Amino acid sequence: MSKLPAAVIGVGQTHHRAKREDVSMAGLCREAIDRALEDAQMTLDEIDAIVVGKAPDLFEGVMMPELFLAEALGAAGKPLLRVHTAGSVGGSTAIVAASLVQAGVHRKVLAVAYEKQSESNAMWALSVPVPFNMPVHAGAGGYFAPHVRSYIRRSGAPSHIGAVVAAKDRTNALKNPYAHLHNEGTTVETVLASQMLWDPIRYDETCPSSDGACAVVVAAEDIADTRPDAAWIHGTVMRSEATTAAERDQVNPQASRDAAASLWKQAGITNPLEQIDVAEIYVPFSWFEPMWLESLGFAEEGTGWQLTESGATAMDGRLPVNCSGGVLSSNPIGASGMLRFAEAALQVRGRAGEHQVDGARRALGHAYGGGSQFFSMWVVAADKPRN
Amino acid sequence: MRDVAVVGFAQRQMQDFDGSPTCVELLVPVFKECYEQTGWTRRDIGFWCSGSSDYLAGRSFSFVQAVDAIGVIPPVNESHVEMDLAWAMYEAWLKIQTGEVDTALVYAFGKSSAGVLRRTLGLQLDPYTMTPLWPDTVSLAGLQARAGIDAGLWDEQAMAEVALRSLTDAEKNEHAVRRGGSSVPELLARPLYADPLRKHDCAPVTDGAAAIVLAAGDRAREVRDRPAWLSGISHHIDPMSMGTRDLTRSPSAARSAAALDLTGVDVAELHAPFSHQELVLHRELALADDVRINPSGGALTGNPMFSAGGIRVGEAARRIWAGESDKALAHATSGPALQQNLVCTLGAATGSTTGGHR
Repeated sequence: MSKLPAAVIGVGQTHHRAKREDVSMAGLCREAIDRALEDAQMTLDEIDAIVVGKAPDLFEGVMMPELFLAEALGAAGKPLLRVHTAGSVGGSTAIVAASLVQAGVHRKVLAVAYEKQSESNAMWALSVPVPFNMPVHAGAGGYFAPHVRSYIRRSGAPSHIGAVVAAKDRTNALKNPYAHLHNEGTTVETVLASQMLWDPIRYDETCPSSDGACAVVVAAEDIADTRPDAAWIHGTVMRSEATTAAERDQVNPQASRDAAASLWKQAGITNPLEQIDVAEIYVPFSWFEPMWLESLGFAEEGTGWQLTESGATAMDGRLPVNCSGGVLSSNPIGASGMLRFAEAALQVRGRAGEHQVDGARRALGHAYGGGSQFFSMWVVAADKPRN
Repeated sequence: MRDVAVVGFAQRQMQDFDGSPTCVELLVPVFKECYEQTGWTRRDIGFWCSGSSDYLAGRSFSFVQAVDAIGVIPPVNESHVEMDLAWAMYEAWLKIQTGEVDTALVYAFGKSSAGVLRRTLGLQLDPYTMTPLWPDTVSLAGLQARAGIDAGLWDEQAMAEVALRSLTDAEKNEHAVRRGGSSVPELLARPLYADPLRKHDCAPVTDGAAAIVLAAGDRAREVRDRPAWLSGISHHIDPMSMGTRDLTRSPSAARSAAALDLTGVDVAELHAPFSHQELVLHRELALADDVRINPSGGALTGNPMFSAGGIRVGEAARRIWAGESDKALAHATSGPALQQNLVCTLGAATGSTTGGHR
C-alpha cells in the first residue's frame, strides 16, 4: 500500500515580532489560520481535522494549550492532535497533517504551529535543573557553539562563513514583509563587527526570539487538482537519535543523514543540488547552513562552506537557501519548522512574493530540534508525484 | 484501510515510584516486556511515538530523554504528542495506514507524585481568564458532578455504585493503586472530599508508564493467534469554556462513538477519572446495559497521567487476546471535565476499520 497524493493548497503566517502585544495566543494562531484558509479558499467548517504544534509548554506557561485554544482554532467538534518534537515540531506537525490525508483518513486538514515567546522566558524555560542531568544554563547558543567549532576544525572553513550566511539571510528578510528582523545594511563586515556571544557565534549570527504562528492546509488529490498552484508533497521524513552518546556525530548526525537519504529516495532525487530549486533549511545560528548543506547531501562533507562562500546559496545562486530570511530573521520556535515547510510550498506555488525564486518547481522544507537530534523534512513540488 | 492490531501491552501503575527514577529507568523494563511478548527487538519496530507532559515532568522537553530509553543509535522514525498514550497510538495507527511502516511501539509516562496534580492540571485552563483563579481539577469535577445531580441525571448512590464495582474489580488487578470493595452504604458513609465527591469518586494520584505495540496484517498474526484488531478509531474535542458547556454532557465523546460501529461490544474500558464521568460516558457512548464496564477497575483505581487512556486500550486488547471478549471498546479522555475524547473498538475479526471520516 502506498500513500495517497496530498498537496498544500493554503499557507498563512503572522507578522513576527519580539512581542505581539496586540493578540493573545488564540489571536496569534487565528491570524495565521485565517490567512491559510483564505489562501485555500476554504472556511473552518470545511476542515476535517486540526493538528497543532508548538515547542515546550513552559515557553508560555500553559499546560497543553491546545485544550483552551480548541475553540479559537476552530477545532471544537473536530479531531485535534497536539504534536511536540522540540524545534522540529513545526515540520512534524505538517507531516502528521499530511499523513492524515495520505492515509485516506481525512481530506482537508489544517496544521497550525505557534510560539508566543514574549509570554514567558525561553531561556529560563530551557534551564530547569533536573537531578543527575547536565545543567545547560547558557541557552541554545551555548549548546551549539562547540558543534560549530568542531565543524570549523574539521572542514577548515574560514572564520567569515557564518557572517556570509547571516548577511545573506538578513538581506533576504528585507523582501519578506512577515519577517521579524528587517535589519537594513547588514553586510559580512557588520556581522563580523557584532559582539561575540558564544565563540565563534556572534550576536548577528543568532536568531531572534519571536512571537509568531504559521498554518498550512493540506488537501486530498481531487481537491488539489482543482487548484492551479497546489504544492504536491513528494516525500516526508522524521528521524530521531539520542541526546548524548560517545559515538554520536553532533556536527553531522546520523539521524540527519538517514532522514535526507530517505527523503531523496521518496522524492526520486539522486542529485539534490541539481534537482532541488530552492531550500528552506532550519538555520538558527548562521554556521548551520554549511553544516546542513553537507548533511543533506547538497555538498560533500567538509565542502558546505565553499558552496556558501561561492554565493550558490544566495537568492540568485544555484541553490537559493532561506529566501524568506529563515530562522535567523524570525524564530517563533514552535512555528519555525512549519515556516520552513510553508515557505517551500509558497516557492513551488509561485506565491513567495518579493522573495520568489523564478521558476522554482521543487523545494525542500527542513527542521531540526533538541540537541541536533530530531529531524523533520519534506519535499514539495509544482508537479504531482508520478507513483 | 489496512488491518492493524494491538499485539503488545505493558504497564506500570503505582502510588509513587520507589526512589526517583528517570524516564529512561521507567521505560526500559516496559519496552522489555513488549519485546518479550512479540519476540521482536527494537529493530523490528517501524515507528515510535510517545505521549507525555512537560508540566508533569516539571521541565521542558520531557520526552527527549525518554527517547534515550529506546536506544536510538542507529536513529529511529519517531514522534511525540503532548497527549495521552491513546493519541500517540492514533498517530502510530496513522503512520501504519500511510503504508510507510508495518509496526509501531507507542509509550507514555508520567510521575504525578512529584507535584500537586490537581494544581498542576489547573495550568491546563485558559491562562488569561481561568488559571489566575486556580480552580483545580477535583473542584471542577465536583461542579460537574453537582450539575448532573441537580439535573436529576444521577445521584450519589449511582456514583457510589460505580466506585464499588471499580474497587471490587481492582482486587484482581495487580497494578491497581486502590482496591477493595465494601458496600454502597459504607462508601456513602465516608466523608465528602469535594462536595459531592468523596475520595473514592476521584481517581488516585498515580505514577506510571505504559506501552502498546501495533502491527499490520501478517505482522500481527506473527505475534498473536488472536490479535486485537483495531476495527475503528475516532477522536474529537469540545470547547474548554466551563461557563458555556453543558457539563453533564460530552459531545466529543458522543461524536467519536457515533463514527464507529459499536454493535456487539461486550466489554468497555472507559477512562473516567471521576465516578460520575463514567455515567456521562455511558450515556454519550450509548452503551447497552449488558456491556461489562471496566473489568480492570478503571481509572478510579489507578490513573497514571498520560498513560491511563492508553491503558484502557491495552486492557481491552488483553481481553480479546484471551478470548474473553469478541469486541471491546476502549476510551481515553483529556482536558477538564471530559473535554477531549478518543474511542476505539477492538475485535477478534479484521475489517471495517474507520478512521473517523466526517
